[in-house]
Amino acid sequence: MFGTESIPFYQIAAPILPEIGLLILLLIVLSADLFLGPSRRRPAGIIAAVGAFIVMAANLVVGLGMVNNEAFAQPVLGGMLRYDMLALIFRTMVLLAGGLTCLIALDVPKVGQQGEFHAIVLVATMGMSLMSAASDLIMVFLALETTSISLYVLAGYLRDTPASAEAGLKYYLFGAFTAGLFLYGLSLLYGFTGVTNIYALAEPLGRQLLDGTNGSFALALALLFLVAGFGFKIAAVPFHFWTPDVYQGAPTPATAFISTASKAASFALLVRVFGAAWPDAVVPLWTSILAAVAAITMTLGNLLALVQRDIKRMLAYSSVAQAGYTLMGVIALQSDLGVASVAFYMFMYVLTNITAFTVVIIVSSATGSDEIKGFAGLSRRSPCLALGMVLALLSLGGVPPLAGFFGKFFLFSAAVEAGYVWLAILAVLNAIVALYYYLTVIKVMYVDETEDTSPIRAAQAPTIVLAITGAGILIIGTVAGPWLAWALAAAQNVTAMVP
Amino acid sequence: MLDQANFLVPPIYYVALSGILFILGMVGVLLRRNAILIFMSVELMLNSANLAFVAFARSFLDVNGQVFVFFVMTVAAVEVAVGLALIVAIFRTRRSIDIDELHSMEG
Repeated sequence: MFGTESIPFYQIAAPILPEIGLLILLLIVLSADLFLGPSRRRPAGIIAAVGAFIVMAANLVVGLGMVNNEAFAQPVLGGMLRYDMLALIFRTMVLLAGGLTCLIALDVPKVGQQGEFHAIVLVATMGMSLMSAASDLIMVFLALETTSISLYVLAGYLRDTPASAEAGLKYYLFGAFTAGLFLYGLSLLYGFTGVTNIYALAEPLGRQLLDGTNGSFALALALLFLVAGFGFKIAAVPFHFWTPDVYQGAPTPATAFISTASKAASFALLVRVFGAAWPDAVVPLWTSILAAVAAITMTLGNLLALVQRDIKRMLAYSSVAQAGYTLMGVIALQSDLGVASVAFYMFMYVLTNITAFTVVIIVSSATGSDEIKGFAGLSRRSPCLALGMVLALLSLGGVPPLAGFFGKFFLFSAAVEAGYVWLAILAVLNAIVALYYYLTVIKVMYVDETEDTSPIRAAQAPTIVLAITGAGILIIGTVAGPWLAWALAAAQNVTAMVP
Repeated sequence: MLDQANFLVPPIYYVALSGILFILGMVGVLLRRNAILIFMSVELMLNSANLAFVAFARSFLDVNGQVFVFFVMTVAAVEVAVGLALIVAIFRTRRSIDIDELHSMEG
């Protein structure tokens, strides 16, 4: 049965190791939830978090061990997935974000004490893991929807709370609509080419375009539909309307998860689809569309963030702006630095935003509100939390020597290298505007007085998360070299066609 | 013997129909204010894409498009389950599913 020609088992299992691991973990978490009493379900969340970290480590070890294998960077499972460095790095990101989300949710009332929440986080993580590696239109759609549908449930998880139910429904309606657009775009692409593999699309598409007359309009339409679908997932203007309401209404751990892992996986997919699927003749068209989207996204996101009084809404608009910056890397996709800067920026963004939302969870559970005012005097009530928030905000703002500085630096240089100097200048101006509202929060924490000066105590699990992410921000910021080398490795062969 | 090819409807007709259905669905989503009706319009959009997939698959004599449709139908069923659950949750909290009334969060 297993002749010399057959593929060794590990070469089949390694590319879907995270999915296998997450599925087993999901069953363990659900049965733990079943057998533990209603008031003693905390272990289910701990199992989910620790399990996600183990899957992440296993995937990383196996993946790095296979880098030099000839099976690496090849299509697997009939072309459904492509196991390469890009997939490896983004899978590490989403698994890390999933595990951290389970940890910060542990002590949130009505959320973390239930195994279902953690189970749905794991399902969403599985979808994102598939998104990072998907290389066939069928798998692209399935992975996107696996992720989106689980995230709708997470956003509306507190179904008795009007704000959460509203967040869930808004997210759902926007998501389902853009999924419809996206799917129609995919059907047009299929109609042009007769193939569903991303890496096989470019050649027949280019041939169609050379034939002339028919179809360049429909191809532009397909491109717009795909931009709409991705625009929703990464919260780019004009598909960002759901962002502030969903971020504000969803349970905060779910917000942290949606804003980080979902965005990172979507960028991985965006890089792969736009890098490989379009023929050279379409490249100027999509880069200019995305450049316009990036410019509007970062400007509008930052301007709207200026006027927010609710910290979660402010972080929502800030995340819209961050998506705008990251799109610069996607525009510069033709160079290795473009892909590398996206991977680097998303890695730092995952760590940074989870830090910020973890502090928000702890502070708002102590003060009972999400208003920025509630952070007044935090430097005296809990110096460590205030410090964590400062790290996160300054990293988001791009202040050296934190991770965000290098992230922005690479993105800007990628944009300049790709000839989009005006976009890079606009981004620098935007970064200055963004610093204003980040610094406002820091001022509230360190300068403003408050009547309630009782110290805020953080529980154990969020403290661990803050230690991990805070250290990550500092380490990536001070020693950027090796991480960039990794990210550059992700760029290798991402856009190459299947031989 | 009748020539079977004469009875085949050209694929372009199906694609045109799917385009019309898609536009109807899109307009429905943008104009309707009732969550259930929006939801039905979204289903129409998904199914119009399905029709296009099947038509293209027929004209290419390729099975991938047909397989795609099965997966889309599964996804649509899952979306129905989650979507209706969310609509019920909204109805329980505010006794209305008009999306214009969903503005408890501002800013």
